[in-house]
Amino acid sequence: MISPGYFREIPQRYRLEAGRCKKCGKVYFPPRSHCSECHSNEFETVKLSDLGKILTYTVIRVGPSNFSKETPYAVGIIEVNDGVRLTMQIADIDVNKVEIGQKVRIIFRKIQDEGKSGLHCYGYKAVVI
Amino acid sequence: MKEVAVIGAGMTKFGELWGKSIKDIFVEAALKAINDAGVDHIDSMYVGSMSGGLFVGQEHLGAVMADYLGVTPIPSTRVESACASGGVSFRQAYLEVASGQSEIVLAGGVEKMTDGADVTDVLATAADQDYEVYQGITFPGLYAMIANAHMHQYKTKREQLAAVSVKNHRNGAKNPNAQFRSEISIDNVLNSTLVADPLRLLDCSPVSDGGAAVILCSMDIAKKFTDSPVRVRASAQASDTIALHSRRSLTTLDAVVRAAEKAYKQTGLKPSDINFAEVHDCFSIAEIVVTEDLGFFDKGCGGSGVEEGLTSLETGKIPINTSGGLKSKGHPVGATGVAQIIELYEQLQGKAGARQVKNAHIGMAQNMGGSGASCVIHILEAI
Repeated sequence: MISPGYFREIPQRYRLEAGRCKKCGKVYFPPRSHCSECHSNEFETVKLSDLGKILTYTVIRVGPSNFSKETPYAVGIIEVNDGVRLTMQIADIDVNKVEIGQKVRIIFRKIQDEGKSGLHCYGYKAVVI
Repeated sequence: MKEVAVIGAGMTKFGELWGKSIKDIFVEAALKAINDAGVDHIDSMYVGSMSGGLFVGQEHLGAVMADYLGVTPIPSTRVESACASGGVSFRQAYLEVASGQSEIVLAGGVEKMTDGADVTDVLATAADQDYEVYQGITFPGLYAMIANAHMHQYKTKREQLAAVSVKNHRNGAKNPNAQFRSEISIDNVLNSTLVADPLRLLDCSPVSDGGAAVILCSMDIAKKFTDSPVRVRASAQASDTIALHSRRSLTTLDAVVRAAEKAYKQTGLKPSDINFAEVHDCFSIAEIVVTEDLGFFDKGCGGSGVEEGLTSLETGKIPINTSGGLKSKGHPVGATGVAQIIELYEQLQGKAGARQVKNAHIGMAQNMGGSGASCVIHILEAI
């Protein structure tokens, strides 16, 4: 991806901003412009909870090119307390100690350096609490 | 809608085909299919390919392949649905014949994965780039998360995942077109390198080159070309959220459930009526989840099903992946869905040799894209 994409996604990646459908209340992360449930187009911005739990996880031993120097690292699907689910790395932990059900806090971290340009890219990771 | 038959099939060997280009591979498969069917022309064709652009820097594969196959100016369309591109290619060809728009149509698929592209990165484009891949997940990683969730929820055992790979290698050893014709043991799987916990190297389908093609025509004219055409009984497709984390369940693939419901409804068949099936075992856990979601096993019982031999060629109530599956036969992603149809075609004609399923009358092919965001299912029947 090129840099305008990272700029565009700052609200959700840096501030965990989601979109809540004004009609049916379903919360989307990332925000969408059309509700899959009730087909409304009207949304309001809500900030997700930064607390959640690990629904499932893996430890990446063979990474994509942008992450090849960081293996092994844990990635999980986190359900935040609002019920929204996100995929993110589980940081600051021995990868062998990650378990389903662990409570986490979502924090702001550098995620990667973009391949060709080396652009620093930021976002969210989880730490077990 | 017209009834549709498959009247010919052809494929390359799957594997690391260093000496062959994507064009060579597709043309070889297509010519074999055309010759096998004995047709003197095709009216239209489809080319399933996940990512010619990223793997070899070539898009516009419909026109490219029509040119190199020497069939211009017929319509030729590239079809993409990630790893389900081949199955969707077959479905488009089926719909074109069924609609009466064309009489004889070639459904093909091809992928050239060994020309130097970073395969992990290319395959990851089938997931949500911005909200899955950006965070560092890989395809083995996505299926590993499904595996951990399934093991947690249903007490599926690590050895049961391994049993899928062992069975599929045993079948693939009997398939002359398979990439890996060697049998493996549970211990081999459990001692292979970790890729994404709990999945190890021998839980993962390989990086492969290969092409596959079949010829479809209306049932009205099929007997002109062969005494044993195979009938397409059902063609069904469904989609789901692109991101695994957005799904209703992490252990059920709803696109598979929905496509299967449609396929069973189209035919009036139930899971126990299916004699054998080719399913999308891109990772060992995928076969376990899919055999549950197709209704062959109760939810959570896919692991014990494979462990008890219920899906084996030799003793199974429903042999699964007699071709060797993606694991042993190889997984050139765009070709895979068409190659599944070829296994059905050969089995239903009684031409599967050492892999022949006894009394094979009705077979199913289930092909899916990404972590299950797209799924296409076909049911074929011997007549």
